[in-house]
Amino acid sequence: MCLAIPVKVVSIEGNEAEAEIAGVKRRVSIVLTPEVKLGDYVLLHTGYAIGVVDEAEAEETLKLLEEIVSLSEVH
Amino acid sequence: MKFIDEYQDSKLAKGLAGRIAGRSTKPVRLMEFCGGHTHAILRYGIRQLVPKTVEMRSGPGCPVCVTATADLDKSIALAHLPEVIITTFGDMMRVPGSYSSLQQAKAEGADIRIVYSTTDAVEIAKANPEKSVIFIGIGFETTAPTIAASIIKAQQEKIENFQVLSLNKLTPPVMKALLGLGEVKLDGIICPGHVSVIIGSYPYKFIPQNYGVACVISGFEPLDILLCIDKLVEQFENGQPRVEIAYLRGVKPEGNRKALQLMEEVFETGEANWRGIGIVPQSGLKIKRKYECFDAEKAFSGLLRFARNDKPVREPKECRCGDVIRGAATPLECKLFRRVCTPESPVGPCMVSSEGACAAYYQFCG
Ligand code: SF4
Repeated sequence: MCLAIPVKVVSIEGNEAEAEIAGVKRRVSIVLTPEVKLGDYVLLHTGYAIGVVDEAEAEETLKLLEEIVSLSEVH
Repeated sequence: MKFIDEYQDSKLAKGLAGRIAGRSTKPVRLMEFCGGHTHAILRYGIRQLVPKTVEMRSGPGCPVCVTATADLDKSIALAHLPEVIITTFGDMMRVPGSYSSLQQAKAEGADIRIVYSTTDAVEIAKANPEKSVIFIGIGFETTAPTIAASIIKAQQEKIENFQVLSLNKLTPPVMKALLGLGEVKLDGIICPGHVSVIIGSYPYKFIPQNYGVACVISGFEPLDILLCIDKLVEQFENGQPRVEIAYLRGVKPEGNRKALQLMEEVFETGEANWRGIGIVPQSGLKIKRKYECFDAEKAFSGLLRFARNDKPVREPKECRCGDVIRGAATPLECKLFRRVCTPESPVGPCMVSSEGACAAYYQFCG
Protein backbone atom coordinates (compact mmCIF):
# COMPACT_ATOMS: atom_id res chain seq x y z
CA MET A 1 0.00 0.00 0.00
CA CYS A 2 2.82 2.38 0.75
CA LEU A 3 4.60 1.19 -2.36
CA ALA A 4 6.17 3.97 -4.41
CA ILE A 5 8.48 3.56 -7.38
CA PRO A 6 10.96 6.01 -8.92
CA VAL A 7 9.82 7.15 -12.35
CA LYS A 8 11.22 9.77 -14.71
CA VAL A 9 9.15 12.84 -15.51
CA VAL A 10 9.14 13.45 -19.27
CA SER A 11 6.56 16.23 -19.59
CA ILE A 12 4.71 18.61 -17.30
CA GLU A 13 1.43 20.40 -17.82
CA GLY A 14 -0.08 22.25 -14.88
CA ASN A 15 -0.74 19.82 -12.03
CA GLU A 16 -0.07 16.82 -14.20
CA ALA A 17 3.01 15.20 -15.56
CA GLU A 18 3.81 12.32 -17.81
CA ALA A 19 6.25 9.81 -16.43
CA GLU A 20 8.02 6.96 -18.09
CA ILE A 21 7.91 3.54 -16.48
CA ALA A 22 9.88 0.87 -18.29
CA GLY A 23 9.23 2.55 -21.61
CA VAL A 24 5.52 3.10 -20.95
CA LYS A 25 4.16 6.60 -20.42
CA ARG A 26 1.75 7.27 -17.62
CA ARG A 27 -0.10 10.29 -16.25
CA VAL A 28 0.97 11.36 -12.80
CA SER A 29 -0.51 14.01 -10.55
CA ILE A 30 2.10 16.43 -9.25
CA VAL A 31 -0.14 18.39 -6.86
CA LEU A 32 1.95 17.06 -3.98
CA THR A 33 5.28 17.93 -5.64
CA PRO A 34 4.88 21.31 -7.36
CA GLU A 35 8.68 21.73 -7.31
CA VAL A 36 9.23 18.89 -9.81
CA LYS A 37 11.25 19.65 -12.95
CA LEU A 38 11.51 17.96 -16.30
CA GLY A 39 13.87 14.99 -16.13
CA ASP A 40 13.47 14.58 -12.36
CA TYR A 41 12.70 11.20 -10.92
CA VAL A 42 9.67 11.16 -8.63
CA LEU A 43 8.36 8.55 -6.23
CA LEU A 44 5.07 7.44 -7.74
CA HIS A 45 2.38 6.24 -5.33
CA THR A 46 -1.18 5.47 -6.50
CA GLY A 47 -0.99 7.94 -9.38
CA TYR A 48 0.62 10.76 -7.39
CA ALA A 49 4.22 11.89 -7.20
CA ILE A 50 4.76 12.00 -3.43
CA GLY A 51 8.37 13.16 -3.51
CA VAL A 52 11.23 14.05 -5.82
CA VAL A 53 14.22 11.70 -5.74
CA ASP A 54 17.35 13.51 -4.60
CA GLU A 55 19.89 12.27 -7.15
CA ALA A 56 22.91 13.72 -5.33
CA GLU A 57 21.91 11.88 -2.15
CA ALA A 58 21.30 8.73 -4.13
CA GLU A 59 24.88 8.81 -5.43
CA GLU A 60 26.23 9.74 -2.03
CA THR A 61 24.56 6.68 -0.50
CA LEU A 62 25.99 4.41 -3.19
CA LYS A 63 29.46 5.83 -2.67
CA LEU A 64 29.11 5.31 1.05
CA LEU A 65 28.02 1.72 0.51
CA GLU A 66 30.97 1.01 -1.72
CA GLU A 67 33.32 2.59 0.80
CA ILE A 68 31.90 0.55 3.65
CA VAL A 69 32.30 -2.64 1.70
CA SER A 70 35.80 -1.95 0.44
CA LEU A 71 36.86 -1.08 3.99
CA SER A 72 35.44 -4.30 5.36
CA GLU A 73 37.28 -6.24 2.64
CA VAL A 74 40.63 -4.81 3.76
CA HIS A 75 40.12 -6.17 7.29
CA MET B 1 15.37 0.50 -13.26
CA LYS B 2 17.29 3.52 -12.06
CA PHE B 3 17.37 4.02 -8.28
CA ILE B 4 16.32 0.40 -7.83
CA ASP B 5 18.87 -1.90 -9.47
CA GLU B 6 21.90 -0.18 -7.92
CA TYR B 7 20.51 -0.91 -4.48
CA GLN B 8 20.21 -4.63 -5.11
CA ASP B 9 23.89 -5.46 -5.65
CA SER B 10 24.61 -8.77 -3.96
CA LYS B 11 28.33 -8.17 -3.42
CA LEU B 12 27.62 -4.93 -1.57
CA ALA B 13 24.86 -6.70 0.37
CA LYS B 14 27.28 -9.36 1.57
CA GLY B 15 29.80 -6.70 2.53
CA LEU B 16 27.22 -4.82 4.55
CA ALA B 17 26.05 -8.00 6.23
CA GLY B 18 29.66 -8.64 7.19
CA ARG B 19 29.93 -5.21 8.72
CA ILE B 20 26.73 -5.77 10.74
CA ALA B 21 28.09 -9.10 11.97
CA GLY B 22 31.31 -7.38 13.01
CA ARG B 23 29.41 -4.80 15.06
CA SER B 24 26.77 -6.89 16.69
CA THR B 25 27.98 -8.28 20.01
CA LYS B 26 24.68 -8.89 21.86
CA PRO B 27 21.11 -9.84 20.98
CA VAL B 28 19.10 -7.00 19.47
CA ARG B 29 15.43 -7.06 18.51
CA LEU B 30 14.28 -4.91 15.61
CA MET B 31 10.82 -4.35 14.22
CA GLU B 32 10.10 -3.39 10.66
CA PHE B 33 6.98 -1.28 10.90
CA CYS B 34 6.07 -1.38 7.24
CA GLY B 35 4.54 -4.30 5.36
CA GLY B 36 6.58 -3.29 2.33
CA HIS B 37 9.71 -3.86 4.38
CA THR B 38 8.45 -7.22 5.64
CA HIS B 39 7.95 -8.28 2.07
CA ALA B 40 11.41 -7.10 0.95
CA ILE B 41 13.15 -8.63 3.98
CA LEU B 42 11.66 -12.06 3.29
CA ARG B 43 12.00 -11.81 -0.46
CA TYR B 44 15.71 -11.00 -0.38
CA GLY B 45 16.46 -13.36 2.49
CA ILE B 46 17.74 -10.55 4.68
CA ARG B 47 17.01 -12.49 7.86
CA GLN B 48 19.45 -15.15 6.69
CA LEU B 49 22.06 -12.54 5.78
CA VAL B 50 22.18 -10.78 9.14
CA PRO B 51 23.94 -12.38 12.13
CA LYS B 52 22.01 -14.54 14.61
CA THR B 53 22.18 -11.77 17.21
CA VAL B 54 19.74 -9.72 15.13
CA GLU B 55 16.13 -10.75 15.66
CA MET B 56 13.52 -9.28 13.38
CA ARG B 57 9.80 -8.84 13.97
CA SER B 58 7.09 -7.61 11.64
CA GLY B 59 4.88 -4.74 12.72
CA PRO B 60 1.52 -3.15 12.02
CA GLY B 61 2.39 -1.33 8.80
CA CYS B 62 -0.05 -2.98 6.43
CA PRO B 63 -3.09 -0.72 5.99
CA VAL B 64 -5.39 -3.49 4.81
CA CYS B 65 -4.37 -5.74 7.73
CA VAL B 66 -4.95 -3.15 10.44
CA THR B 67 -8.40 -2.21 9.17
CA ALA B 68 -10.77 -3.35 11.92
CA THR B 69 -13.46 -5.89 11.12
CA ALA B 70 -16.08 -3.36 12.23
CA ASP B 71 -14.82 -0.93 9.59
CA LEU B 72 -14.87 -3.65 6.93
CA ASP B 73 -18.47 -4.39 7.90
CA LYS B 74 -19.26 -0.72 7.46
CA SER B 75 -17.71 -0.69 3.98
CA ILE B 76 -19.69 -3.76 3.01
CA ALA B 77 -22.91 -2.23 4.37
CA LEU B 78 -22.25 0.90 2.31
CA ALA B 79 -21.78 -1.26 -0.78
CA HIS B 80 -25.29 -2.68 -0.38
CA LEU B 81 -26.96 0.73 -0.25
CA PRO B 82 -28.96 1.59 -3.36
CA GLU B 83 -27.50 4.02 -5.92
CA VAL B 84 -23.99 3.63 -4.52
CA ILE B 85 -20.75 2.79 -6.30
CA ILE B 86 -17.90 1.71 -4.05
CA THR B 87 -14.38 2.43 -5.22
CA THR B 88 -11.46 0.79 -3.47
CA PHE B 89 -7.88 -0.35 -3.74
CA GLY B 90 -7.85 -3.97 -4.89
CA ASP B 91 -6.37 -5.51 -1.76
CA MET B 92 -9.53 -4.71 0.20
CA MET B 93 -11.81 -6.88 -1.95
CA ARG B 94 -11.08 -10.26 -0.44
CA VAL B 95 -10.64 -9.28 3.20
CA PRO B 96 -13.28 -11.09 5.19
CA GLY B 97 -15.59 -8.98 7.32
CA SER B 98 -17.86 -10.52 9.99
CA TYR B 99 -20.30 -12.02 7.53
CA SER B 100 -19.15 -11.11 4.04
CA SER B 101 -16.48 -9.34 2.02
CA LEU B 102 -16.55 -6.64 -0.62
CA GLN B 103 -15.92 -9.37 -3.17
CA GLN B 104 -18.96 -11.28 -1.98
CA ALA B 105 -21.03 -8.10 -1.96
CA LYS B 106 -20.01 -7.56 -5.58
CA ALA B 107 -21.04 -11.10 -6.46
CA GLU B 108 -24.38 -10.31 -4.85
CA GLY B 109 -24.83 -7.37 -7.17
CA ALA B 110 -23.23 -4.41 -5.41
CA ASP B 111 -21.41 -2.00 -7.72
CA ILE B 112 -17.81 -2.14 -6.49
CA ARG B 113 -14.90 -1.00 -8.62
CA ILE B 114 -11.21 -1.41 -8.03
CA VAL B 115 -9.22 1.73 -8.63
CA TYR B 116 -5.51 2.37 -8.79
CA SER B 117 -5.74 5.98 -7.68
CA THR B 118 -8.16 8.36 -5.97
CA THR B 119 -8.18 10.32 -9.21
CA ASP B 120 -9.89 7.30 -10.85
CA ALA B 121 -12.55 7.39 -8.13
CA VAL B 122 -13.21 11.08 -8.79
CA GLU B 123 -13.50 10.34 -12.53
CA ILE B 124 -16.05 7.61 -11.80
CA ALA B 125 -18.05 10.12 -9.73
CA LYS B 126 -17.97 12.59 -12.64
CA ALA B 127 -19.18 9.95 -15.05
CA ASN B 128 -22.01 8.79 -12.77
CA PRO B 129 -23.66 11.95 -11.43
CA GLU B 130 -26.84 10.09 -10.46
CA LYS B 131 -24.96 7.76 -8.08
CA SER B 132 -22.98 8.29 -4.91
CA VAL B 133 -19.39 7.23 -5.44
CA ILE B 134 -17.72 6.27 -2.18
CA PHE B 135 -13.98 5.73 -1.92
CA ILE B 136 -12.85 3.41 0.89
CA GLY B 137 -9.99 5.47 2.25
CA ILE B 138 -7.39 3.23 3.79
CA GLY B 139 -3.69 3.84 4.14
CA PHE B 140 -1.11 5.67 6.19
CA GLU B 141 0.48 9.08 5.72
CA THR B 142 1.78 7.99 2.30
CA THR B 143 -1.74 7.73 0.94
CA ALA B 144 -3.63 10.30 3.04
CA PRO B 145 -2.37 13.33 1.05
CA THR B 146 -3.61 11.75 -2.18
CA ILE B 147 -7.04 11.33 -0.61
CA ALA B 148 -6.95 14.91 0.66
CA ALA B 149 -6.04 16.04 -2.87
CA SER B 150 -9.02 14.15 -4.31
CA ILE B 151 -11.43 15.78 -1.85
CA ILE B 152 -10.08 19.22 -2.69
CA LYS B 153 -10.40 18.45 -6.39
CA ALA B 154 -13.99 17.28 -5.89
CA GLN B 155 -14.77 20.51 -4.06
CA GLN B 156 -13.14 22.72 -6.69
CA GLU B 157 -14.95 20.94 -9.49
CA LYS B 158 -18.21 20.74 -7.50
CA ILE B 159 -18.41 16.98 -7.76
CA GLU B 160 -20.93 16.53 -4.98
CA ASN B 161 -21.52 12.81 -5.41
CA PHE B 162 -18.00 11.87 -4.30
CA GLN B 163 -17.53 10.70 -0.73
CA VAL B 164 -14.71 9.14 1.25
CA LEU B 165 -15.00 6.68 4.10
CA SER B 166 -11.90 7.80 5.94
CA LEU B 167 -10.22 4.86 7.64
CA ASN B 168 -6.81 6.50 7.25
CA LYS B 169 -4.34 5.92 10.02
CA LEU B 170 -1.23 7.57 11.40
CA THR B 171 2.10 5.92 12.10
CA PRO B 172 3.73 7.68 15.09
CA PRO B 173 0.64 7.39 17.35
CA VAL B 174 0.39 3.64 16.80
CA MET B 175 4.13 3.23 17.40
CA LYS B 176 3.54 5.00 20.70
CA ALA B 177 0.62 2.69 21.49
CA LEU B 178 2.70 -0.41 20.72
CA LEU B 179 5.69 0.75 22.74
CA GLY B 180 3.32 1.71 25.55
CA LEU B 181 1.88 -1.81 25.60
CA GLY B 182 5.38 -3.12 26.23
CA GLU B 183 4.29 -6.57 25.05
CA VAL B 184 7.26 -7.01 22.73
CA LYS B 185 10.45 -5.42 23.92
CA LEU B 186 12.11 -3.62 21.01
CA ASP B 187 15.59 -2.17 20.63
CA GLY B 188 15.15 -0.58 17.25
CA ILE B 189 12.56 0.27 14.62
CA ILE B 190 13.03 0.15 10.86
CA CYS B 191 10.87 3.21 10.18
CA PRO B 192 8.70 3.28 7.04
CA GLY B 193 10.33 4.96 4.06
CA HIS B 194 7.36 6.29 2.16
CA VAL B 195 5.38 7.38 5.19
CA SER B 196 8.51 9.36 6.06
CA VAL B 197 8.71 10.94 2.59
CA ILE B 198 5.57 12.73 3.76
CA ILE B 199 6.08 13.25 7.51
CA GLY B 200 9.88 13.51 7.63
CA SER B 201 11.98 12.34 10.55
CA TYR B 202 10.95 14.70 13.36
CA PRO B 203 7.71 12.94 14.38
CA TYR B 204 9.71 9.87 15.55
CA LYS B 205 11.84 11.85 18.01
CA PHE B 206 9.81 10.81 21.05
CA ILE B 207 10.71 7.16 20.42
CA PRO B 208 14.44 7.32 21.31
CA GLN B 209 13.74 10.06 23.84
CA ASN B 210 10.92 8.39 25.78
CA TYR B 211 11.47 4.71 25.08
CA GLY B 212 15.20 4.46 24.38
CA VAL B 213 14.48 2.73 21.09
CA ALA B 214 16.61 3.42 18.00
CA CYS B 215 14.81 4.66 14.86
CA VAL B 216 16.20 4.51 11.35
CA ILE B 217 14.15 5.35 8.27
CA SER B 218 14.76 2.89 5.44
CA GLY B 219 14.15 2.57 1.73
CA PHE B 220 12.86 -0.67 0.25
CA GLU B 221 15.74 -2.19 -1.66
CA PRO B 222 17.92 -4.80 0.05
CA LEU B 223 20.92 -2.46 0.40
CA ASP B 224 18.67 0.22 1.92
CA ILE B 225 17.40 -2.22 4.52
CA LEU B 226 20.86 -3.58 5.34
CA LEU B 227 22.22 -0.05 5.72
CA CYS B 228 19.31 0.69 8.05
CA ILE B 229 20.00 -2.42 10.13
CA ASP B 230 23.69 -1.50 10.28
CA LYS B 231 22.80 1.93 11.69
CA LEU B 232 20.29 0.48 14.16
CA VAL B 233 22.84 -2.04 15.46
CA GLU B 234 25.45 0.72 15.70
CA GLN B 235 23.09 2.90 17.77
CA PHE B 236 22.13 -0.03 19.96
CA GLU B 237 25.72 -1.11 20.58
CA ASN B 238 26.71 2.47 21.44
CA GLY B 239 23.70 2.89 23.71
CA GLN B 240 22.81 6.07 21.86
CA PRO B 241 19.39 5.69 20.26
CA ARG B 242 18.26 8.48 17.96
CA VAL B 243 16.41 9.10 14.71
CA GLU B 244 18.43 8.66 11.53
CA ILE B 245 17.54 8.64 7.85
CA ALA B 246 19.05 5.82 5.80
CA TYR B 247 16.86 6.73 2.80
CA LEU B 248 18.26 10.15 2.00
CA ARG B 249 17.36 10.05 -1.68
CA GLY B 250 13.68 10.04 -0.68
CA VAL B 251 13.31 11.49 2.79
CA LYS B 252 13.97 15.00 4.07
CA PRO B 253 13.87 15.68 7.83
CA GLU B 254 10.96 18.08 7.34
CA GLY B 255 9.02 15.75 5.03
CA ASN B 256 6.87 16.94 2.14
CA ARG B 257 5.46 20.30 3.23
CA LYS B 258 2.92 20.55 0.44
CA ALA B 259 1.49 17.10 1.20
CA LEU B 260 1.34 17.84 4.93
CA GLN B 261 -0.44 21.09 4.20
CA LEU B 262 -3.11 19.34 2.10
CA MET B 263 -3.63 16.72 4.83
CA GLU B 264 -3.97 19.46 7.41
CA GLU B 265 -6.48 21.29 5.22
CA VAL B 266 -8.83 18.34 4.89
CA PHE B 267 -8.30 16.15 7.94
CA GLU B 268 -8.16 16.39 11.69
CA THR B 269 -6.95 13.66 13.99
CA GLY B 270 -9.31 11.45 15.93
CA GLU B 271 -9.32 7.97 17.35
CA ALA B 272 -9.01 4.97 15.05
CA ASN B 273 -9.81 1.31 15.51
CA TRP B 274 -6.83 -0.97 14.75
CA ARG B 275 -7.10 -4.70 14.33
CA GLY B 276 -5.25 -6.42 17.13
CA ILE B 277 -4.62 -3.19 18.99
CA GLY B 278 -8.04 -1.58 19.43
CA ILE B 279 -8.89 2.09 19.68
CA VAL B 280 -5.80 4.29 19.56
CA PRO B 281 -6.36 7.98 20.32
CA GLN B 282 -5.24 10.54 17.74
CA SER B 283 -4.21 7.79 15.34
CA GLY B 284 -6.92 8.29 12.73
CA LEU B 285 -7.75 10.98 10.20
CA LYS B 286 -11.30 12.35 10.19
CA ILE B 287 -12.62 14.67 7.50
CA LYS B 288 -12.95 18.22 8.80
CA ARG B 289 -16.34 19.85 9.10
CA LYS B 290 -15.77 22.18 6.21
CA TYR B 291 -15.48 19.17 3.91
CA GLU B 292 -18.20 17.11 5.57
CA CYS B 293 -20.29 16.78 2.41
CA PHE B 294 -17.46 14.51 1.18
CA ASP B 295 -17.52 12.42 4.35
CA ALA B 296 -19.30 9.11 3.74
CA GLU B 297 -19.56 8.53 7.47
CA LYS B 298 -21.67 11.69 7.85
CA ALA B 299 -23.57 11.47 4.58
CA PHE B 300 -24.74 7.92 5.19
CA SER B 301 -24.84 7.68 8.97
CA GLY B 302 -28.60 7.08 9.21
CA LEU B 303 -28.76 4.64 6.32
CA LEU B 304 -25.71 2.81 7.59
CA ARG B 305 -27.23 2.08 10.96
CA PHE B 306 -30.29 0.72 9.19
CA ALA B 307 -28.29 -1.38 6.71
CA ARG B 308 -26.07 -2.97 9.32
CA ASN B 309 -28.99 -4.09 11.40
CA ASP B 310 -26.71 -3.97 14.45
CA LYS B 311 -25.32 -7.41 13.83
CA PRO B 312 -22.40 -8.09 16.17
CA VAL B 313 -18.83 -7.96 14.86
CA ARG B 314 -17.28 -11.41 14.47
CA GLU B 315 -13.55 -11.95 14.18
CA PRO B 316 -12.18 -14.84 12.10
CA LYS B 317 -11.81 -17.78 14.52
CA GLU B 318 -8.28 -18.81 15.49
CA CYS B 319 -6.75 -16.25 13.14
CA ARG B 320 -3.80 -14.62 14.87
CA CYS B 321 -3.56 -11.53 12.69
CA GLY B 322 -3.93 -9.36 15.77
CA ASP B 323 -0.83 -10.92 17.35
CA VAL B 324 1.04 -10.80 14.05
CA ILE B 325 0.24 -7.10 13.68
CA ARG B 326 1.60 -6.33 17.16
CA GLY B 327 4.75 -8.34 16.46
CA ALA B 328 3.77 -10.71 19.29
CA ALA B 329 3.65 -13.77 17.01
CA THR B 330 4.98 -14.73 13.61
CA PRO B 331 2.63 -16.21 11.02
CA LEU B 332 4.36 -19.58 11.56
CA GLU B 333 2.87 -19.64 15.06
CA CYS B 334 -0.67 -19.57 13.67
CA LYS B 335 -2.27 -23.01 13.55
CA LEU B 336 -4.13 -22.17 10.37
CA PHE B 337 -1.11 -20.91 8.43
CA ARG B 338 -0.67 -22.78 5.15
CA ARG B 339 -2.91 -25.66 6.31
CA VAL B 340 -6.21 -23.85 6.30
CA CYS B 341 -5.25 -20.29 5.49
CA THR B 342 -3.66 -19.67 2.07
CA PRO B 343 -3.66 -16.78 -0.38
CA GLU B 344 -6.34 -18.67 -2.36
CA SER B 345 -8.62 -19.00 0.66
CA PRO B 346 -7.44 -16.48 3.22
CA VAL B 347 -8.86 -16.53 6.74
CA GLY B 348 -7.50 -13.18 7.84
CA PRO B 349 -6.35 -9.96 6.18
CA CYS B 350 -2.64 -10.64 6.78
CA MET B 351 -2.93 -13.43 4.20
CA VAL B 352 -4.95 -11.34 1.73
CA SER B 353 -2.91 -8.22 1.43
CA SER B 354 0.19 -8.28 -0.73
CA GLU B 355 1.90 -6.55 2.19
CA GLY B 356 0.53 -8.78 4.90
CA ALA B 357 3.10 -10.70 6.94
CA CYS B 358 1.26 -14.01 6.46
CA ALA B 359 1.21 -13.59 2.67
CA ALA B 360 4.93 -12.75 2.68
CA TYR B 361 5.77 -15.79 4.85
CA TYR B 362 3.61 -17.97 2.63
CA GLN B 363 5.42 -16.83 -0.46
CA PHE B 364 8.99 -16.82 0.79
CA CYS B 365 9.35 -19.10 3.83
CA GLY B 366 9.66 -22.80 3.11
S1 SF4 C 1 -2.10 -17.39 8.73
FE1 SF4 C 1 -4.20 -16.75 8.21
S2 SF4 C 1 -5.40 -17.24 9.98
FE2 SF4 C 1 -3.27 -17.25 10.63
S3 SF4 C 1 -2.86 -15.18 11.37
FE3 SF4 C 1 -2.30 -15.22 9.21
S4 SF4 C 1 -4.16 -14.53 8.15
FE4 SF4 C 1 -4.80 -15.12 10.23
